[in-house]
Amino acid sequence: MDAQTIRSLVAIFLAAILTENYVLNKFLGICPFLGVSKKLDTAFGMSCAVTVVMVIATAVTWPIYMYILAPQGLEYLQTLVFILVIAALVQLLETVLRKYMPPLYNSLGIYLPLITTNCAVLGVTMLVLEKGAADPSFGYLQSLVNAFGSGVGFLVAMLLFAGVRERLEDCDIPETFRGLPITLVAASLVAVSFLGFNGVVDRLAA
Amino acid sequence: MEIVTPIMIVGVIGLLAGVVLAVASIVMAVPKDEKAEALEAVLPGANCGACGYSGCPGYAAAMAKGEAAPGLCSPGGADVAAKCGEILGSGAVEMERRAAFVHCMGSADNTTEKMEYDGLESCTAASLLNGGASSCRFGCLGLGDCLAACGYGAIALCNGVAVIDPDKCVACGKCTAACPKGLIHLAPVKAMAVVRCSSCDKGKATMQACKVGCIGCMKCQKTCEAGAITVKNGLAVVDPAKCTGCGKCAEACPRHVITMERA
Repeated sequence: MDAQTIRSLVAIFLAAILTENYVLNKFLGICPFLGVSKKLDTAFGMSCAVTVVMVIATAVTWPIYMYILAPQGLEYLQTLVFILVIAALVQLLETVLRKYMPPLYNSLGIYLPLITTNCAVLGVTMLVLEKGAADPSFGYLQSLVNAFGSGVGFLVAMLLFAGVRERLEDCDIPETFRGLPITLVAASLVAVSFLGFNGVVDRLAA
Repeated sequence: MEIVTPIMIVGVIGLLAGVVLAVASIVMAVPKDEKAEALEAVLPGANCGACGYSGCPGYAAAMAKGEAAPGLCSPGGADVAAKCGEILGSGAVEMERRAAFVHCMGSADNTTEKMEYDGLESCTAASLLNGGASSCRFGCLGLGDCLAACGYGAIALCNGVAVIDPDKCVACGKCTAACPKGLIHLAPVKAMAVVRCSSCDKGKATMQACKVGCIGCMKCQKTCEAGAITVKNGLAVVDPAKCTGCGKCAEACPRHVITMERA
């Protein structure tokens, strides 16, 4: 692997975390972002599960698309097939974890099934194909790095927001803003702060 | 014929996924504890937490491991305790039925209101405001926090004081936790005396606050032949284990605050 490839992989990884963050820039996966970010440890568990599923899902859906769907001209089936594959994968992962890693299974427990219908996971697998279509050098390895980066980006967003929310708990918030309203306001402010990363990664890669 | 290929592809992928999952679930099956499953089937499934474990599955698992004794399930009562004992092989377990009792008779007839309370309809909220509106600082506020906590419809508010039907009560203990005044206690259901007061005030203060409050006159303690009643901090307390249910204390009580329960 030459230096140029490694450099582009690092750029893809950083871009997936910072400028193309699925939660804060693409606004996918908002449901767990708001739902499971009340505490730092649950946010961390959920994000780890999402990262693992994102990478495995991309590893399986990319070949299916490239070698089965695309040659037949069946690109329009991708949503259906990908959801099917992701759901099956999550089930399989759950079975494997229950058998070989019970502590991890217990800590992830309820989050794993939730990920089945997480739009961020589906988004990663589908949007990566658009990138591949636009740039021929964006292959399997790049897709996997992108998926891992997206997962880490999800983790970063969740941890940041969990930290913000834990601090919000102690604040004297006006009654009308308590609960979901202040959470949404805080989420938008965190998203705005991520806009500041735009352009940073392009410079890094150049 | 165009439609055949897509159907085939989706079908095959779905079938493959199904087969892989089915094989995985057989190959990597985790043996569940049969005992725990059998125990869970016997338990009521109300997940009330009266046993001290996180719901019925938690209690069943703890029993199967030998960490918990059968008979902690008060909603299930003696039936469930016996069945659990059978499954565990420890033989029949004797368990007396318990119920919650409200230790206050401060109804609107017996107490007055020291202020007009116009806040939240909640005993917890009211008790934060100078101890609530009742003239007795220990007494029932009658706003029904226990009523809201009870999942079995065993509690009623009668004239500003909570009353529990021992036949409906399963002794889950939710109301004892919900009462901000700590007036509700669990006790065995048997023939015994219950002091329906929790006031630790001195006799004179109690008399001013309530028509029936215990003034700590010691008459019941002197009358009791079984030594089941002791007066502490100006309040008579019955020990259910010693009480024979003879009823002499109730006759002796000048305040008529001792009631006799039937089995």
